[in-house]
Amino acid sequence: MTQANASPEQRLNALKTTLEDKKLIPEGALEQVVHDYEEEINWHNGAKVVARAWLDPEYRKRLLSDGTAACAELGFEGIQGEYIVALECLPNTHHAVVCTQCSCTPWPVLGLPPNWYKSPEYRARVVRNSREVLRELGQDLPSDVNILVWDTTAETRYIVLPLQPIETIGWSEAELLKIIGRESMFGIAQVTAS
Amino acid sequence: MDGIHDLGGMDGFGEIIVEKNEPTFHCQWEGQAFALNIVAIGILQKYNADEYRHALERMNPYDYLNASYYERVFTGVASLLIEKGLISKRELVSKVSGHYPLARPNAVVENNSKDTPNEAIFSVGDRVKVQDIHTPGHTRMPAYVRGRQGEVIHVAPYFSFPDNAAHGGTFRKEPTYHVMFTSSELWNDDEANSDAVIVDLWESYLEKVL
Repeated sequence: MTQANASPEQRLNALKTTLEDKKLIPEGALEQVVHDYEEEINWHNGAKVVARAWLDPEYRKRLLSDGTAACAELGFEGIQGEYIVALECLPNTHHAVVCTQCSCTPWPVLGLPPNWYKSPEYRARVVRNSREVLRELGQDLPSDVNILVWDTTAETRYIVLPLQPIETIGWSEAELLKIIGRESMFGIAQVTAS
Repeated sequence: MDGIHDLGGMDGFGEIIVEKNEPTFHCQWEGQAFALNIVAIGILQKYNADEYRHALERMNPYDYLNASYYERVFTGVASLLIEKGLISKRELVSKVSGHYPLARPNAVVENNSKDTPNEAIFSVGDRVKVQDIHTPGHTRMPAYVRGRQGEVIHVAPYFSFPDNAAHGGTFRKEPTYHVMFTSSELWNDDEANSDAVIVDLWESYLEKVL
């Protein structure tokens, strides 16, 4: 009979202590990486990009013509952000992003991706049944809205620029940052004023 | 490889669960699994990102689907560091009570030794067909576009060809293209209700439709 798997935590610890015993991990290196991705490299950066694009038409133009440079302008660049493309939602065009083969995400602006994005369910279904998937997740898009699904199969990394709710025109950046959620920048949620 | 990881368009999967205010890591070992991979690629430089992706793809399909994301991450790291000779399987197994799943062995693949092209072959507006390629190794060409026709909508920069890089092959860069496929080109049943899918593809995966 096949033996049951050891717990993930036990297996991870076995790997980590084996490497530590061989002095292969520089002191503090793991803690530094965890700190960077928990505190600095996360989706709040992307929300700043979106808010800025909503507030500043010139920035919006730069973001849509050269996403990498426009994100770098705000200080967001680095690993998994070598070529960032921003996808502009319009009243008749919606964008959703997936990585059907794994989990590619523009880390500098969206951070490490959430579990739903990495789940077999989302990866299998959204390329084939995007309208149904989006409806299930709370976005019932009218039939005249074209849905484009972007599969992150090479090195381009996508961030969705969601539609700005009309009632938020004139809001400050701080107010906008309170309503821009992570999921809207992957395209599976809309931004709402409340 | 036509592996379990290549999930696009597969039927039978159910509800997508979105966790509200999901943290970056749910517990300490998840963060350490992620960090170990970053350290192994960036500091130890014992393998590259394509070898890492392929190590996950080489997991036994049962293990792949049963594992959480960060379990797959450290299974890939452990497998590669054993294959590269830094640690041994015995060292890991001796520290746990239970089975320690690892990736299955690498396939022997054909190396693409062509020079890096001087300029992109395709341009925006070109009709292209995804070649009928079946490699036992790593590829970023999802099976659901194999043999299908689409339109180039954007020429993206040159990037390292992953089918080589994952197997210690010649380092070569190629243009990548955003190719738009209509849903009806990919799936012709009534269930397919996506309007279009854009897939990012290396030049070697494509041929021109005349």
